[in-house]
Amino acid sequence: MSKKKLIVIGNGMVGHHFLEKLVDTPAAADFDIKVFGEEKLLAYDRVHLSEYFSGSTHSDLAMGTAEWYAEHQIDLHLDEGVTGIDRDGQVVKTAQGEYTYDELVLATGSYPFVPPIKGNDNPHCLVYRTLEDLDDIRASANGVKTGVVVGGGLLGLEAANALKSLGLEAHVVEFAPRLMPVQLDSDGGALLKHKIEELGVQVHTEKATTEIIDGENARLRMNFSDETHLETDLIVFSAGIRPQDALARSCGLDIGERGGIIINDQCTTSDPHIHAIGECALWSEKIFGLVAPGYTMARTMASVLNGDQEAAFTGADMSTKLKLLGVDVGSIGDAHGQTEGAKSIRFNDEQAGHYRRMVISEDGKKLLGAILVGDNGPYDTLLQYALNEIDLPESPETLILPESEGGAPALGPDALPETASICSCHNVTKGDICGVIDAGCSDLGAVKGETKASTGCGGCAALLKTVVDSELEKRGVEVSKDICEHFPFSRQELFHLVKVNGIRTFQTLIRDHGKGHGCDICKPAVGSILATCWNEHVLATDHVPLQDTNDTFMANMQKNGTYSIVPRVPGGEITPDKLIVLGQVAKEYNLYTKITGGQRIDLFGATLSELPEIWEKLIAAGFETGHAYGKALRTVKSCVGSTWCRYGVQDSVGMAIHLEDRYKGLRAPHKIKFAVSGCTRECAEAQSKDIGVIATENGWNLYVCGNGGMRPRHGDLFATDLNDEELVSTIDRVLMFYVRTADRLQRTSVWMENLEGGLDYLKQVVLEDSLGIGAELEEHMEGLVGTYQCEWKTAVEDPEKRKRFREFVNAPEKKDPVQQWTSERGQKRPVLESEVEPA
Amino acid sequence: MKTQTSWDVVCTVDDLIAESGVAVWTEDGPVAVFYLPHRLPALFAISHTDPFTGKNVLARGITGDLKGQPVVASPLYKQHFNLETGQCLEDETVKVKTYPVLLDGENVRVEIPAANKESAVA
Repeated sequence: MSKKKLIVIGNGMVGHHFLEKLVDTPAAADFDIKVFGEEKLLAYDRVHLSEYFSGSTHSDLAMGTAEWYAEHQIDLHLDEGVTGIDRDGQVVKTAQGEYTYDELVLATGSYPFVPPIKGNDNPHCLVYRTLEDLDDIRASANGVKTGVVVGGGLLGLEAANALKSLGLEAHVVEFAPRLMPVQLDSDGGALLKHKIEELGVQVHTEKATTEIIDGENARLRMNFSDETHLETDLIVFSAGIRPQDALARSCGLDIGERGGIIINDQCTTSDPHIHAIGECALWSEKIFGLVAPGYTMARTMASVLNGDQEAAFTGADMSTKLKLLGVDVGSIGDAHGQTEGAKSIRFNDEQAGHYRRMVISEDGKKLLGAILVGDNGPYDTLLQYALNEIDLPESPETLILPESEGGAPALGPDALPETASICSCHNVTKGDICGVIDAGCSDLGAVKGETKASTGCGGCAALLKTVVDSELEKRGVEVSKDICEHFPFSRQELFHLVKVNGIRTFQTLIRDHGKGHGCDICKPAVGSILATCWNEHVLATDHVPLQDTNDTFMANMQKNGTYSIVPRVPGGEITPDKLIVLGQVAKEYNLYTKITGGQRIDLFGATLSELPEIWEKLIAAGFETGHAYGKALRTVKSCVGSTWCRYGVQDSVGMAIHLEDRYKGLRAPHKIKFAVSGCTRECAEAQSKDIGVIATENGWNLYVCGNGGMRPRHGDLFATDLNDEELVSTIDRVLMFYVRTADRLQRTSVWMENLEGGLDYLKQVVLEDSLGIGAELEEHMEGLVGTYQCEWKTAVEDPEKRKRFREFVNAPEKKDPVQQWTSERGQKRPVLESEVEPA
Repeated sequence: MKTQTSWDVVCTVDDLIAESGVAVWTEDGPVAVFYLPHRLPALFAISHTDPFTGKNVLARGITGDLKGQPVVASPLYKQHFNLETGQCLEDETVKVKTYPVLLDGENVRVEIPAANKESAVA
């Protein structure tokens, strides 16, 4: 069977996305594909055009490569504009030739609208749409001072940013009374205007340009209808778009009253063999001027050509979240409250420069829309409420009020709709999970096995567990708190068994209190409990098989099976000599080097057998293991503190080093991080840590149970103006109570939220010693501190332990053949799957 | 035709680690040998290569049992493999190679099919 001929006119973002989706379908094999592009360049990202002026090139912005087109046998005709379509003969005509088609897809996009103002044909009146336009703007801006953008919408503000990055004094002229009139209300627009003016862009609203004439002090002068004027060297029009429908008009396709090629839900025009997608298409009397709806049309189109009868474009969400000139702007759904009966809740903090508005339904139950200026923090949560029509909480205003005691109500598992995506790696929704539970999955493992949820990046593990637990409970299944099939106990119960009975090995524990041989859930958990109770070396014979690979080899396994090495750098303070040693070792073993988020230096790409040699050298230079591999104390971040800083009120570096040295090696249910800031400017970001310390004039303020992980949480203020000793004993108690009572892999934040009585209860236990265990907690910590050993030092000095690091025990010299490397930005990295050469 | 096999010495008892695995190099490529002294039999040998990533890491996984089957969990993405059959518990279409293994005095021997030996290709 001969192949059908498919022609695509237009090689922009949407046209390219369509081809990407089409080649993934079986239908791709049925078509000979030709693409015509008017521009000389391959499809590129227009959304980030202004980056072209801050150093990006076409290839940075390009979305595909000529090789990609060749590989998929797509015949690409760039710089070949289509001049006509003969629908009867099914022929596309260009200056170079004529080409027949069976199916034709128009992805011709849109063109910038230039208002009919006298003088708009001056060579320094430009538009902002293509890379060529940007080259023209750059040429025009050469050696001059001022530029004006006409139009204060999304693209106009982007263009103003472009002018600024060219070093021009930038102005924005907007006809409407406010900026971004489509997305924002007057308060939001006013705040945005204020913020943008602070950044040095002058904004002129309610200005209608009547004519453009020669200027006196600059090239041009814009006269406005209110008798004022503005002189400028160049003008960029960004006053909206118009669908590029000339070709479709000329061959007689149905066109909307105000332009746009009319399409149905299958993206087909009035001619069944001609289709249109993106900004040239008019669907349900709407033109979509954003890329996301264009992409949705592109996917629909690919499915339609693949024979999918159900495929349909059913509209698109126009919500947007942007950083314009560095200012957060978010607009969701019915932002203007045009729905009948809609009401608004507004929060306007002029001090902080935050404006937030929620539009809610007449009955107050649903979120219809929202506007955010200055801080997009609540955007994702609000979007979930609006898109999924989730019932609003009792006090919906808490969603936009600044965080206070108690905070905004989190979206619990019950509040999530069936359509909410739980695992985005495998595209598993809450509905899918309920489905497999109804079909018989009765525990987390079974749900994972059936849906693959949480088997990709694993980032959704906690959310998945709460959803599964909540759904099982709803169905009357008693959710077992057992750690796994080998122990009918929770982690806290296991801790008590170990502590009270003085159990020192896994074998004893499972023999006396469990069944079977253990697994990768209970073994590391018990390993951690044993370490907290008795602090023996992780590589002691009895403990080796309990550890995850990172603990076993005291390094972090990376994606290609090699390991990374992180020496401890307490408080981030390091001598030049030590820095030099790190560099020398990294160079000798050809390791990739990176500063971590916790102010340490990570050395990547060591093979198993290299680890002991590398550590020998680091230990000789005075380094200790950093426990980056363990569920343990990681880092204590610090600012420079009063020693150097003009504002510091206490020695944050000294305190950070003191705390890091005290708690290093402490095994915990989850990794823990600290930070110490020398003043309230909070340069160490202490409030996003499990333990945060902020200096005051009178001592230290202690924050607990924050984190910067998947679900970031600010720590709660726990105690104020502590002296050094009080600070340490309070931290001792909090940490020890956490280590003893938290669940497996439970962060301090979740632990505290799950404590009955929460923060107040924790304060009672720690500060008021309501359980009478304060002294014991401190004593236990003192014992751990006293028995600290550098795990690597012990390991490299013990020939038996070193034997563990042989790549192949019978061939010590053999290198693992599967590791392949390449280089990027001057350092080595593992090859990507696509780059692997066959062995 | 009878297939030739051979029992290669891959390491000694001293190289093994109780309740855990070690990697050995054989003429059939990298093999993970596990020693689970609390079971009978106590020795298992499977391919060292993680089928989901192609990386040689399986000997470095945590061993144990799930519903009575002896298993190792891949250290990369934690899929479990039955040490007797090589079957992946999370994905029934995935299986790793297994090898007969035995203790001969102090020596651990793994049976390598001759067809897979580089020297036997001729």
